[in-house]
Amino acid sequence: MTKNMIVTGLAVFVLAVLSPFWFNLVTTTQAAPEPELLGRAKEAKKCVLDKYDMRANHMSLLDEWRDAVVRDADRIYVAANGHTFNMSLSTGENSCLGCHEDKAKFCDACHTYTSVNPYCWECHTNPKEIQ
Amino acid sequence: MLEIAVKGSRNYWMWIIFLLIVIGIGKIAYLDQFFNGLMITGMSRDVSWGFYIANFTFLVGVAAGGVMVVIPFYLHDYEKFHRITILGEFLAVASLVMCLLFIIVDLGQPVRMLNVLLYPSPRSMLFYDMLVLNGYLFLNIVIGWKVLEAERNQVEPPAWTKPLIYLSIPFAIGIHTVTAYLYCGLPGRGFWLTAILAPRFLASAFAAGPAFLIILCYIIRKFTKFDPGWEAMQTLSKIVCYAIIANLFFFLCEVFVVYYSGIPGHKTHLQYLLFGYHGYNALVPWMWSGFILMGAGAVMLVIPKLRSNYVLLPVACAMIFIGAWIDKGLGMISGGFVPSPLHHVTEYAPTGQEIIITLGVYAAGFLVLTILYKLATTVKEEVNG
Amino acid sequence: MEKSRRRFLKVAGIAAIGLGAAPAMNFAAKDAHGPAAASKVKNEAALHAERWGMVIDIKKIDAKLAKKITRACHAHHNVPDFTHEVDEQLFPDTRPVNHTQEIKWIWKEKFHYAFPDKEDEFLNEKFHHLPFLVLCNHCKNAPCVQACPTQATFSREDGIVIMDYHRCIGCRFCMAACPYGSRSFNFRDPRPFIDETDPDFPTRSKGVVEKCNLCAERLAKGEQPHCVEASEGAIVVGDLEDPESNVRKLLKEHYTIRRKQTLGTEPSVYYIV
Repeated sequence: MTKNMIVTGLAVFVLAVLSPFWFNLVTTTQAAPEPELLGRAKEAKKCVLDKYDMRANHMSLLDEWRDAVVRDADRIYVAANGHTFNMSLSTGENSCLGCHEDKAKFCDACHTYTSVNPYCWECHTNPKEIQ
Repeated sequence: MLEIAVKGSRNYWMWIIFLLIVIGIGKIAYLDQFFNGLMITGMSRDVSWGFYIANFTFLVGVAAGGVMVVIPFYLHDYEKFHRITILGEFLAVASLVMCLLFIIVDLGQPVRMLNVLLYPSPRSMLFYDMLVLNGYLFLNIVIGWKVLEAERNQVEPPAWTKPLIYLSIPFAIGIHTVTAYLYCGLPGRGFWLTAILAPRFLASAFAAGPAFLIILCYIIRKFTKFDPGWEAMQTLSKIVCYAIIANLFFFLCEVFVVYYSGIPGHKTHLQYLLFGYHGYNALVPWMWSGFILMGAGAVMLVIPKLRSNYVLLPVACAMIFIGAWIDKGLGMISGGFVPSPLHHVTEYAPTGQEIIITLGVYAAGFLVLTILYKLATTVKEEVNG
Repeated sequence: MEKSRRRFLKVAGIAAIGLGAAPAMNFAAKDAHGPAAASKVKNEAALHAERWGMVIDIKKIDAKLAKKITRACHAHHNVPDFTHEVDEQLFPDTRPVNHTQEIKWIWKEKFHYAFPDKEDEFLNEKFHHLPFLVLCNHCKNAPCVQACPTQATFSREDGIVIMDYHRCIGCRFCMAACPYGSRSFNFRDPRPFIDETDPDFPTRSKGVVEKCNLCAERLAKGEQPHCVEASEGAIVVGDLEDPESNVRKLLKEHYTIRRKQTLGTEPSVYYIV
């Protein structure tokens, strides 16, 4: 009796632990969206870091930036590729959203897909949304 | 040892379920606060700390009060306290759990709580408060558990618990001293800016903690076969008596300094609490009831005949406990904020939702207390029976 | 058996801590070497001071001007106004407002509130009617900085006491510590109560404390603070440590007072009365 109980319990446990995998097996998954470069961003060609570094590390870069701006009062970023940027999410032409004008396609598409919910926009505003 | 907690009478389970229901209701009320912000409380720009922090302060005292059984037993070999030491330690654990929960429900951004560890700020008293509160909680869990386990197995507790026990004594004093330092180091708040705040906190703690312990002893006697010992309770009542007298004395010292010097920045707060200020007097009846309860309780405990009366003792203890809660819980925090540094008066009263969340936290603390006391009393019954 | 199981659990526990720490250490190690050439610098136009200070000439301010100054500051910093009518379509189901939970950065007070320790029954009548603008004093020895358990409030090198809203946990210790009532807490999401959001400055989220930042974002661009611009010459900011600065000249020419000087916080805001 106890043996059966234990085996059943283990089976249920393993199934539960592996739930993300079999859930994905039985449901259809969509391909990851590619961030779209539009408008000024498309023309600029060069961003703060190269594409793959940016994909992997933009969150830590932004974390560094906010410390630099708020705590050290340094607001200009001179990138390794020689370009200078305004270390700001959304203020001015030389900020993130100043170049990547479409937040929905640039930020939200991937974040929504990966269920990431950054709290940047609780305070920072998208100038497009205000008007 | 935890398996003891899942075997209990019908009453035990009814009580546990009742606590879980209160916790659940509190949790729902808290979720609303979590999503909508502290707007649901009665706090304001001028009174920026309220019921949560007040109860936190009071419960730090109850936790520190546990040391009043540890010192006589471990430092002075007072054998009568042998049976109740564990009760004092477990009461401290439950109180500290409530303290930490009160801090969390008071935060505007609870998800960022760990920033306190990520960016340690040794100039902030809150940093030290975090250290001593968690340290004392840890010490009491380890000590209480190990000593009880040893008692169950009828062996000596491991030798390494002894230094921890001695260490827990300065920690107990430390938690309440640092909690007082949170308030009394602030230059703009005349009500708290007094060196006697920490001693006064300790005095009221050493009254409220043991007073509650005595009441718990009565409950244990009624519901279990374990007898904490009448003489131990009598000794505790003397501790309560002198501690509450010290508390009242310290308060009178404060009243003298404030009124005789007459410095407005210090006087207006007491004026508001005791007599009302510019027509604002919501706390006046509370404060006077608090002091009457503490005073009458002290008189009852001073007179040996009343103190040793089996029926009157818990009444006196309850009076002191409630009086100390009003003094420290209601008056101490609001009093410091009214009037504001600009001498505006904004009164504070907790909202219904704030009270529900508070009750939820208390229920969580009582759940911890019930389970720990269930362990302690069952082990004691086993050993003695 | 019992013993070995315990030891296994212990080792497993320590290993788990190690696993958790590894990514953090990797990141820290990487950070130290970083992208070699990248650097963070200040704007060339930025205004500098060894210690920023402010002089407010109360004689030049009337109720109307005071209102204009407050409005300029609050509008540009997206400070919510709880009397603002909420747009029901954008923010449905907004709950009623508790006006004691208001937020303000710079506002007018009567003399005996701004300077409660200078209360005097024979005070010149005109003082009772002057609008004393009060704001964060950017104290040299700021009690709020000392109190903050996360260094979310800190003193910058140039003397500005500023807040890092990303880091604030909303414990409100700084509000208890401030002797000037200069700090406000976001008891709720401020956005429904912002009339027109200024895109040049973020709003705040619920659960953080906020206060005047001496327009650090404008000084960084070489511009004067909003209150100075709106004040028609009544408010001046400058370097307190520079004997030739405009604020030092004003301090030389006029008798000035500061709020609650006896507390030793060394406020950087001076009043000409």
